[in-house]
Amino acid sequence: MVCQKMAASNESGANESGNSTNSDPDERLKKLYPAVNEEETPIPRAWSAKDKFNYLVLTQNNLRVQYKGAGKTHKDAASVRATHPIPVSCGIYYFEVKIVSKGRDGYMGIGLAAQGVNQNRLPGWDKQSYGYHGDDGNSFCSSGQGEPYGPTFSTGDVVGCCVNLVENTCFYTKNGVNLGIAFTDLPHGLYPTVGLQTPGEVVEANFGQAPFVFDIEDYIREWRMKTRLTIERFPVIDRKGEWQSALQRIVSSYLVHHGYCATAEAFAKSTGQNIDEDIASIKNRQRISKLVLAGRMGEAIEATQQLYPGLLERDSNLLFLLKCRQFIEMVNGSDSEVRGSALRSPRSQHGGSNRSSPSRSPLHHSHRPTQALQHGPHSGNTSPSRTKTHTKSSLASLQPYPSLSSSISSSCSSPTVNSSLLHGNGVTHSNKTNNQSECSNTKTFSEENLNVANMANSSANGVVLNGSDARLIEDIEMMDGVLPESRDHVTNGTSNGSETNGQCLNGSSVMDCRDDDMDVDPPISRRQLCGGSQLAIEKMLQFGRELQSMSIRLKKEHGNNEANRKQLQDAFSLLAYTDPWSSPVGAQLDPVQREPVCAALNSAILESQNLPSQPPLELVISQTAQCMKLMSKAGIATSAFADPSDYLH
Amino acid sequence: MLFASMEIDDQGGWFDTLHSDEPEKWQDALLWLKNSVIGNNKQKQNAINHGIIPRLLQWLVDGDAPQHLRLEAAIIMGSMAKGTAENINTLVEEGCVSVLLKGLKSPDQAFVESCLRCLRTIFLHNSNCGSLIYQEPSIVEDLVEIMPRSVCTQECVANILASSCKEPEHQSKLCECGLIPKLVDLLAGKVYKVQMPVLKCLAGIVRENGENCVVALTAMHNNVPLPDMLVQLMLRDRTSEMQIVAAKVLAYLCGGGALAPQDPRIISKTLPCLIRMCSRDRTLEENVEGAETLAYLLEQDGELQRVAAVSDHIIKTLAEYLKYTDVQQINRCGKRIDINWGIEMKQAAFKAFAALGANEESIRKQVIETEHLMEYVVVGLNSGNMKVAAAAIRCLHSLSRSVQLLRTTIQDHGVWKPLMKIIQEGPEELLPVASSTLCNLLLEFSPSKECILDCGAISVLVNLAARPEPNLRLNGIWGLMNLTFQVEQKVKTKVVESIGTERLFRLLSDPDANIVMKTLGLLRNLLSNKLHIDHIMGMYGNQIMQAVVFILEGEHPIQVKEQTLCILANVADGDKAKDLIMGNEDMLKKLMNYMQYQPDVSLQIAAVACISNLIWSGEDGACARQAKLSEMGVQTLLQKLLSTTDTVLFEKVRTAVQQFS
Repeated sequence: MVCQKMAASNESGANESGNSTNSDPDERLKKLYPAVNEEETPIPRAWSAKDKFNYLVLTQNNLRVQYKGAGKTHKDAASVRATHPIPVSCGIYYFEVKIVSKGRDGYMGIGLAAQGVNQNRLPGWDKQSYGYHGDDGNSFCSSGQGEPYGPTFSTGDVVGCCVNLVENTCFYTKNGVNLGIAFTDLPHGLYPTVGLQTPGEVVEANFGQAPFVFDIEDYIREWRMKTRLTIERFPVIDRKGEWQSALQRIVSSYLVHHGYCATAEAFAKSTGQNIDEDIASIKNRQRISKLVLAGRMGEAIEATQQLYPGLLERDSNLLFLLKCRQFIEMVNGSDSEVRGSALRSPRSQHGGSNRSSPSRSPLHHSHRPTQALQHGPHSGNTSPSRTKTHTKSSLASLQPYPSLSSSISSSCSSPTVNSSLLHGNGVTHSNKTNNQSECSNTKTFSEENLNVANMANSSANGVVLNGSDARLIEDIEMMDGVLPESRDHVTNGTSNGSETNGQCLNGSSVMDCRDDDMDVDPPISRRQLCGGSQLAIEKMLQFGRELQSMSIRLKKEHGNNEANRKQLQDAFSLLAYTDPWSSPVGAQLDPVQREPVCAALNSAILESQNLPSQPPLELVISQTAQCMKLMSKAGIATSAFADPSDYLH
Repeated sequence: MLFASMEIDDQGGWFDTLHSDEPEKWQDALLWLKNSVIGNNKQKQNAINHGIIPRLLQWLVDGDAPQHLRLEAAIIMGSMAKGTAENINTLVEEGCVSVLLKGLKSPDQAFVESCLRCLRTIFLHNSNCGSLIYQEPSIVEDLVEIMPRSVCTQECVANILASSCKEPEHQSKLCECGLIPKLVDLLAGKVYKVQMPVLKCLAGIVRENGENCVVALTAMHNNVPLPDMLVQLMLRDRTSEMQIVAAKVLAYLCGGGALAPQDPRIISKTLPCLIRMCSRDRTLEENVEGAETLAYLLEQDGELQRVAAVSDHIIKTLAEYLKYTDVQQINRCGKRIDINWGIEMKQAAFKAFAALGANEESIRKQVIETEHLMEYVVVGLNSGNMKVAAAAIRCLHSLSRSVQLLRTTIQDHGVWKPLMKIIQEGPEELLPVASSTLCNLLLEFSPSKECILDCGAISVLVNLAARPEPNLRLNGIWGLMNLTFQVEQKVKTKVVESIGTERLFRLLSDPDANIVMKTLGLLRNLLSNKLHIDHIMGMYGNQIMQAVVFILEGEHPIQVKEQTLCILANVADGDKAKDLIMGNEDMLKKLMNYMQYQPDVSLQIAAVACISNLIWSGEDGACARQAKLSEMGVQTLLQKLLSTTDTVLFEKVRTAVQQFS
């Protein structure tokens, strides 16, 4: 009676949380057991209609079990197992059974059993079988003799069974109250099971599809924490400092790999590490990477051909990848080819980004605006004033593109308007115009500065560059304001913008910056093809034709290449839409997509120099991930509570 | 060697400078002092020996002294406070606390923070300082006002206030200053080192203080009420320290009546949390605190006891506590303290057992099945340690509520012996619970009763009944009542002789209604069968009748009057004693009035029972008594009462009517 009251209150609590998360049963299981790969080890979702004694009848999607036997002696006992054994990678597994009716005598057993255990028995009576019985509250550990364990249970009670696969123990709950450990030294591969023995007994299972009465999440939380502490406090014997220097080497090689030249130098100097590659080479790679990440593919290809002659000629697939990207960037309006054609437009003043000065941190702030502007889809086009113009003109005149006709020219008829509006956007901007000329020799400096700022960030430095720009933030603020409004309205939202600001100034994580990107993405729908210049569009189309013929050539020389074919198809698909940015293939235009291209090129360059194509840090991470998979396969349940990605920010 | 001596020479110079009249050199000397005492207890002692504390205090007191010197002085003081316990005591004796408290009025934030750091360290180690902040009313207000300013002030003030919240007056004063909402805001911040003292402070301010509990219950941050915030802090991935203090605050809120025991935040969050803290994988310190808090929480409610009893094998876990014998050092607030864990664990377990078995017989049975529990209780009773003895008695008291245990285990272990010894010779503090336990052991079905009587229980109880403390008087008279139930006459006579009629009747006019009730109960037990009635009435008839009149005429609750009428009924059962009533016409009229007392049927029943005894046919002189009462109109009255709807009264009336032949 009393216990039921508790159960009721608990349930209401659980329901609340259930509503707030998601009531989708699979979603719920995924959340409970994130480490389980269900393709290999499915999680039990119901009782097995095959693996049961015939006195039992299953209903309600095989969740409800009813006794239909004679129920005279213990020889009439009958059990059923769940469809699958408990996956070890659950770490902690839990299911609940509600006693719908105790029937005549309430001889019900709830527990665990291995495959093949006699089903004409109650759980716990035989080897590899474990049970908690309702009539006497005893626990049965592979024996006909019960041990006093907990209270009895009967109609209306909810009994839970929790298997801790790390400790190989099991405890039960009654109406949400933990009754304490019942079994230790459990084998793996057990199935949830129930057994009934007298007529009228009905029980119903909840394998996690519905909220539990017991707060299992809290219990799992504790084990997550314990595992984390075990990892963090793992003793490393490091008398000779080898461990430390190994870590330093990993950091250093990572910095070198990604071309964080100045940081790598500074780090190597302060930790006494050697850098295997010479600085000039790192800087070269860094320059190319930066061009790719800025979307300036044409320049990147040119620089690669210049600095690493023969590389792209040897690897035509890589060249094709780069060219495909170049095509995408042309659509984006970021590539130098198309920007060159709109030279009078302020967005072409990217040269300003190369401006530099001896003093570091303040300056890399001031040159980032242009960086950002170069990333057309990301931010450069997001100034509110232009948005207005865009909206109107594009709505009025943009046509589907399959035939690139004159309609485009009308849609792009106002580049000057755009430029003047953009000019109005800020003083910093025009400053950069002035500094454009001093670009080439100071360029490396500015790049180093950027790197210093971004050393904390891993692979996606390009994104961070975008995200950390002060000008950009202004734009985001305004755009954020626009999003929820109708197209013609331009309002200034502030809160998001300021958040972004804080994150970027702190050099925050890649993940955060990606989120920012997501926020900014929608305005893409108001972008213009190739930055809105007709000349550029023609160039782009010309380039497309060349790319097409390159593809044909490659096919002739090297046979069919599915990856290449798909790349080209995807890239060309962009032209099929009025507004490529919001089209189904629009994701290609996202600056984030520059990263894999950048990584591929960087790796290829490194390989050509006989250096590893992957930094040791990434190797370590993938090795760890692989190791976790092996652990889970090998039945080491702790693997459920550790995820390498938890340690990557 | 050379270096050491140089160092000393050098030092003398610096100390002289500090005491000198050369202000321009002070700054450097202070700097040297600061660097020399940091992390060096020897140097701290040395500095104290050089009389540096009063010198530093001079700067702190002197508002006109250059601020940078005062700041250095405060910082050095903070450093000194990190020294040995002796060092801290020296600081306190030199009056450092009140000077530092005055420093809090300074507009210089850095200076205020330095003062606070020092105060915090002192307060954490010296529990006697707590009351110092209440010396001037403005101090507490200032502290509360300063608190939110920075992480440093938050942490320090919360610690200071947490160590200064001992008395109910302290609690009220702090609450009046609006402390609770401010603490709740700080709790919502994510700074662990602030949250911890804030939780401790909250625990202190709501402990056994119903009013403050209500304030705390309604406090919120961003519309999240405090109890919900506390539930978040009890999540299992929080540190044990945090979980346990949060649970403590919730337990206090429940104890203070602000949260119902059935509130899910109590029964399904706080309770399991405390039970977790008792488990073996936690530290001994957490085990003890967990079990003690669990005991406190469980005392509130039988339902909590039932749930707890089946939770995580708690009874078995607590039984393990009894086996600890280790003395271990622990690190508390940076000081090594010897703790006798055997004692701490035992007393915590006894308390928890007492609470678990307070209401439910089946739980008591489970508790007593704990291996060797009674032996441990007896050892605990015999141990010189107050804490253990007190807890053991509480445990015994709880178990002694079980009839079955009284007859078996408790008897088998001769528990009464150490118990009587504690009552007779033990410390005063243990008397209430010990005497209360004794009362249970004197129940008529308790086999220990005889032994206890032989051991001088009567005089012990009679002495208790003469105590000024109401709870002790109650236990004394209660025990006497229990032991006189169906006991042989010589014991009864002995009781009456020991207590004396005068004191007995004085107890009947006790301001405590409970005591009056138990005294009447005692009288009723004394006047239990015919023979005893006549004997006692023969000796004390007049006094007893006087007392009865006295109570019937006085302002008393219904139960008291009912009990008195029952005594009268007993008196009417005696052969000779009857005359005492029959001869008192006034009394008979009173009885007739009570027969008609409509507001409460229990008084009518008692009065009719008394009349019934008086007119019982077949006894000597029954006819005369019947005639007299008939004449007074009793018979008519009875006839009228036959129309009652109350079945008990009807039965009594019918029996009485039948007596008239």
